[in-house]
Amino acid sequence: MFIINCPYCGERDHSEFSYGGEAHIVRPKQPTELSDDQWAEYLFMRKNVKGLQYERWNHAHGCRQWFNVARDTTNDKIHSVYKMGENPPK
Amino acid sequence: MKNKYSIFSLIKNSFTYHENWQRAWRDPEPKKSYDAIIVGGGGHGLATAYYLAKEHNLKNIAVVEKGWIGGGNTGRNTTIIRSNYLWDASAGLYDHALKLWEGLSQELNYNVMFSQRGVMNLAHNLHDVRELKRRTHANRLNGIDCDWLSTEEVKKFCPIINCSPDIRYPVLGSTLQRRAGTARHDAVAWGYARGADAMGVDIIQNCEVKGIKRNGDKVIGLETTKGFIQTSKIGVVAAGHSSVLANMAGIRLPLESKPLQALVSEPIKPIIDTVVMSNAVHAYVSQSDKGELVIGAGTDAYISYTQKGTHEVIEGTLKAILELYPIFSRLRMLRQWGGIVDICPDASPIISKTSIKGLYFNCGWGTGGFKATPGSGNLFAHTIAKDEPHKLNAAFNINRFISGDLVDEHGAAAVAH
Ligand SMILES: Cc1cc2nc3c(=O)[nH]c(=O)nc-3n(C[C@H](O)[C@H](O)[C@H](O)COP(=O)(O)OP(=O)(O)OC[C@H]3O[C@@H](n4cnc5c(N)ncnc54)[C@H](O)[C@@H]3O)c2cc1C
Ligand SMILES: [Zn+2]
Repeated sequence: MFIINCPYCGERDHSEFSYGGEAHIVRPKQPTELSDDQWAEYLFMRKNVKGLQYERWNHAHGCRQWFNVARDTTNDKIHSVYKMGENPPK
Repeated sequence: MKNKYSIFSLIKNSFTYHENWQRAWRDPEPKKSYDAIIVGGGGHGLATAYYLAKEHNLKNIAVVEKGWIGGGNTGRNTTIIRSNYLWDASAGLYDHALKLWEGLSQELNYNVMFSQRGVMNLAHNLHDVRELKRRTHANRLNGIDCDWLSTEEVKKFCPIINCSPDIRYPVLGSTLQRRAGTARHDAVAWGYARGADAMGVDIIQNCEVKGIKRNGDKVIGLETTKGFIQTSKIGVVAAGHSSVLANMAGIRLPLESKPLQALVSEPIKPIIDTVVMSNAVHAYVSQSDKGELVIGAGTDAYISYTQKGTHEVIEGTLKAILELYPIFSRLRMLRQWGGIVDICPDASPIISKTSIKGLYFNCGWGTGGFKATPGSGNLFAHTIAKDEPHKLNAAFNINRFISGDLVDEHGAAAVAH
């Protein structure tokens, strides 16, 4: 159980949010050019990080905005929250 | 086996107040080198070592486990065993395991308490009814026993289920696999460990793998907390930590690791003599031999390695349990815990070679791999020994995520476990 600081609404219980998986997976620019290997990378292969992970959340029961979160998956501590389109914090 | 368990050994040991039983397995230090090493001392890893030694005559092998054997998902699961999966590939895989379960206590000379008390999968809406009837037919075509029960028959088979039409999700029927059931989780790990040890397999606990050493495209050994161990064959069976190990070898896997929870009640007199699962309301329950109700909850939505899980998942499950079994309303819950389950996009496992020579992965069992323990070990041993899959696990290779030939058991498998 943890609290997420929505960049638009402030701190709320994580149960108000829905999880959107690994962040910064870039949608292929030219899908028709992609090989099967590249499709597999894009669709299925994941870092599944044990440690600091960059991920997407949606404030589903609130403002319904998407944003990014840097969370440590070994203790569920959130290190930072940043907006869609922004680079992950160093 | 040197020291076979029997009625005679029981009597003999009772004279010395059971203080002189032999160790079930040794506690060796790692050798410099092995012909093969299994990473992960859960049920699957230990079974793999057992069958490598027994069926493929590979005796100079080791299992390395970072904690204690059976302390991962093997010792944390709700022990439901069944084989009523939809697709042919899954039916073949899980029924192979179920057949091995049927003779396992004798095979291992260790009571794994396999109990074929039947598993029901309840239907709560029209879609469930259609899906489950379809699965009943698919199972029968694959030679897997499966019956369809009407609501009246459900009530007869398991009288404590609330079959009133007035509940939020009424029971519209159920499948029943009579050969399915439960087993004792620890016993499975211990039985395989003892059997493998007797054939010379080194089981090395408190030994964490920190690195997978490669020479070009092949493996040459493992970096561990007990030093470097040389080997040319590595079988990784690390469940929730599979991606961490894949990372050490520089390969990618399509897994997400999430907490999955279970809980048990205070012990009560026998009240439910079967296993009842419900996908739609996500509640399943059976009763252990100690008398505790064993209740499985769902996964959290996000990746986490915390081995905890959140409270609202438990709440959701218990709400459903109470509606289906009002008789449990005053029961107290005793313990709750979580395990980290590795989930594949198609909810099917990977038992496969990899792009690196001598490196094999057995993972992706997610929320439902306990039932497969003997079959998984048996087929993974074949894959490692022969350097090619058995026909029963050929469909479960890593390349299916590239070819698109997925074995989609999400939903099709009726419920997560
Ligand atoms: C709450 C819960 C309920 C479940 N219910 C069911 C059910 O009813 N029916 C069913 O069929 N399945 C169920 N499952 C799933 C089932 O438990 C697993 O699929 C199965 O037990 C996996 O077995 P395993 O041997 O692969 O993994 P594990 O038993 O987890 O073994 C993996 C081992 O690898 C070790 N390891 C990890 N990293 C390293 C390293 N770097 N070095 C050395 N060792 C390492 C771990 O310590 C661990 O002991 C459930 C799971 C949970 C969590
Ligand atoms: Zn918000």
